[in-house]
Amino acid sequence: MTTPVAPRVLGVAGMTGRAALIAAIIVVAAAALPLLLSNYQVGLATEVLIFGILAMSIDILAGFAGRTSLGHGAIFGVSTYVVVYATTHAGLPPAVAFAAGVLAATVVAAIFGLLAVRTSGVYFLLLTLALGMIVWGICLRWTQVTGGENGMRGDVRPAVLLTNSTFYWAVLASAAVVAFAMWRFVRSPFGLTLRGIRDSESRMRSLGYNVPLHLFIGFTVSGFFAGVAGALYAMFNNFVSPSTVALAQSVEGVLMMIAGGVGTLFGAFVGAAAIIALENVVSAYTERWQMVLGITFILIMIFAPEGIIGKLRATLTRKVR
Amino acid sequence: MDRRQFLKNTTAALTVAGAGVGPWRSAQAQAGPIKIGLLAPLTGVVASGGKEMVEGVQFYLDRVKGEMGGRKVELVIEDDASNPDTALQKARRLVEQGNCHMLIGNLLANTGLAVANYVKGTGTPYFIPIIAADDLTQRQRIKNVIRVAGYSASEFTHPLGDWALKQGYKKIATISQDYTFGHEQCGGLAQVFTEGGGEIVQQFWHPLNTADFSPYLGQLADLKIDAVFAMETGADATRFIQQYSSFGLKAQTPLLAAMNGTDQSVIRTLGEECEGIISPAHFAEGSDNPVTQEFAKEYEAKYGKIPSLYGFSMYSGVMWIDAALKKMGGKVEGRDAFIDTVLKTELDGSPLGKAVKLDAYGNPIYDVYIRKVAKRADGKFWNVPVTSYPNVSQFWKYDPETYLKQPPYSRTFQGIKKA
Repeated sequence: MTTPVAPRVLGVAGMTGRAALIAAIIVVAAAALPLLLSNYQVGLATEVLIFGILAMSIDILAGFAGRTSLGHGAIFGVSTYVVVYATTHAGLPPAVAFAAGVLAATVVAAIFGLLAVRTSGVYFLLLTLALGMIVWGICLRWTQVTGGENGMRGDVRPAVLLTNSTFYWAVLASAAVVAFAMWRFVRSPFGLTLRGIRDSESRMRSLGYNVPLHLFIGFTVSGFFAGVAGALYAMFNNFVSPSTVALAQSVEGVLMMIAGGVGTLFGAFVGAAAIIALENVVSAYTERWQMVLGITFILIMIFAPEGIIGKLRATLTRKVR
Repeated sequence: MDRRQFLKNTTAALTVAGAGVGPWRSAQAQAGPIKIGLLAPLTGVVASGGKEMVEGVQFYLDRVKGEMGGRKVELVIEDDASNPDTALQKARRLVEQGNCHMLIGNLLANTGLAVANYVKGTGTPYFIPIIAADDLTQRQRIKNVIRVAGYSASEFTHPLGDWALKQGYKKIATISQDYTFGHEQCGGLAQVFTEGGGEIVQQFWHPLNTADFSPYLGQLADLKIDAVFAMETGADATRFIQQYSSFGLKAQTPLLAAMNGTDQSVIRTLGEECEGIISPAHFAEGSDNPVTQEFAKEYEAKYGKIPSLYGFSMYSGVMWIDAALKKMGGKVEGRDAFIDTVLKTELDGSPLGKAVKLDAYGNPIYDVYIRKVAKRADGKFWNVPVTSYPNVSQFWKYDPETYLKQPPYSRTFQGIKKA
């Protein structure tokens, strides 16, 4: 379904050093943000990071295994639900709740993976969509546990992270670690196998690779990262309701990933920033902000179908040549 | 009128004195405007109700010329998109960036609960004239969340249960949307009705947005019952009332509804099929009380429709806040004093037609009307009071402490007394 747009240099020795430097600069710059932004904007920046992780986890599958999932919002939301439930109802400490949330998301992703990996293209899209809807249905109807339509509330965020800035730094640290882990993952031999599967499943099979097993592991790992984002989101909002696991959440994640650039991995953060900023700025002026959002997507698809980062990268490479 | 226009109008009308003062600076200056953050669903499933909420607030501010407690008012409107995550995001924006002195609004219970949980941490006064979730003023009460001119879900169905007993009804079946608002309203009726010797024969719970009620109506028709209680909102209410009538049940079994089922927002679009439905409420637009009549008439002249629950509640809610601000000379910056004053303020001269006060839990005590849908001279339908129950609190005749010990109403707990 997706094809690589920009030529990618892999395994060149000097590359890692330069990339590390750039990454370090970006992280330091991001860490300085709370000193410049207002309290509310720091909140938005936190949300950008959380949704960036979600979009990135979708990109592992979409950009590197050629499978676009519409079920990741649900995986993300399962983690949010478990964290809120564990802290408010079961009284677990935040760290344990966090781990439980990520674990639950990973298990759900594994189940999704078992069912979905044998399909590809639009069938994969529909199957993950359906699986996500099941999770949404359970959250909506299992009132005794999930609180139904009203959801669950409580003080989930640990006391030390109570202010917007400290929480932002915690999320930034997690995002940096998680993003690095995902980057390593897609560049590992395993990640290369996924790319091989994306480009030609039959060739990989004839070369002796166990395609379904690779996809299953890829899906589960991707779900693990979505779970991390979901657990952070629980601490961000102190609240969860079925809209967190709804289809709209999955779609938003996919759109962020596409806007940033499929297969660029870090484009996810740019896409998340673009969409969250748009949502919050435009909605102050008109209630028809969703229309503006829609038009923006159409424009991105026409003028930069490879996404914002993809386009930038393509332009830069052309200039260098 | 779109939202941009709303904003233009309010800004023009309300910020004469505040002109040139940046919104971020206004919070420091006592002389600056009072900033009210209004959260309403202007998009999403309940957008039409959200628009009427905004109208209600604007209508009041127009009448007081944009001034409350001697200070100019600046209204900041945000769309909660009928979604709790968005509502939370917008509440943060209004408080942290907009420096609003208070928040008001939200329609859906889940959006209100999300915002309530947020203001619990910030201490921002938050007024909820529409959100009916029982526990916000009961088991999970937050002091700075006050239900001015609103009602808790089971508050009106308690007296309806009593009224049903007085009509000599012995057996009732209920049908309701399957979510908390429905569970709570049905629970109120079921508890009072069964404790008084009545019997709840069967309870049907259907998902929101049910297009076809025939499976339920077929079963209702077969039951030997004296009345049906329906708890429906929005498009479900419209469809239910239409189908109840076309199945011929209207002529056979009396229909009792929750107040939202026969609200103007629903019956405005209906004809004969809604005539005669009984519902309990604190407000009846067809009441002959002069204040109510004046309000309904002016509202209709201005917006071209009879006021609904949404317009009316927001109007009265803002009026309540204004009454409190007048008492304390507009000093909205002293949050604790402001909250205490609102809690102690008795609202007089509202379209309710009678002075209203809050109970110790921040929920109003009303004279509850039992209303009947009747045809007006011009052919439009509205709710006319049949009888009224004076001074009804959210605890009905129960002792608050004992009442709060029982679990909240849910699909599994309806307060039904075993015979």
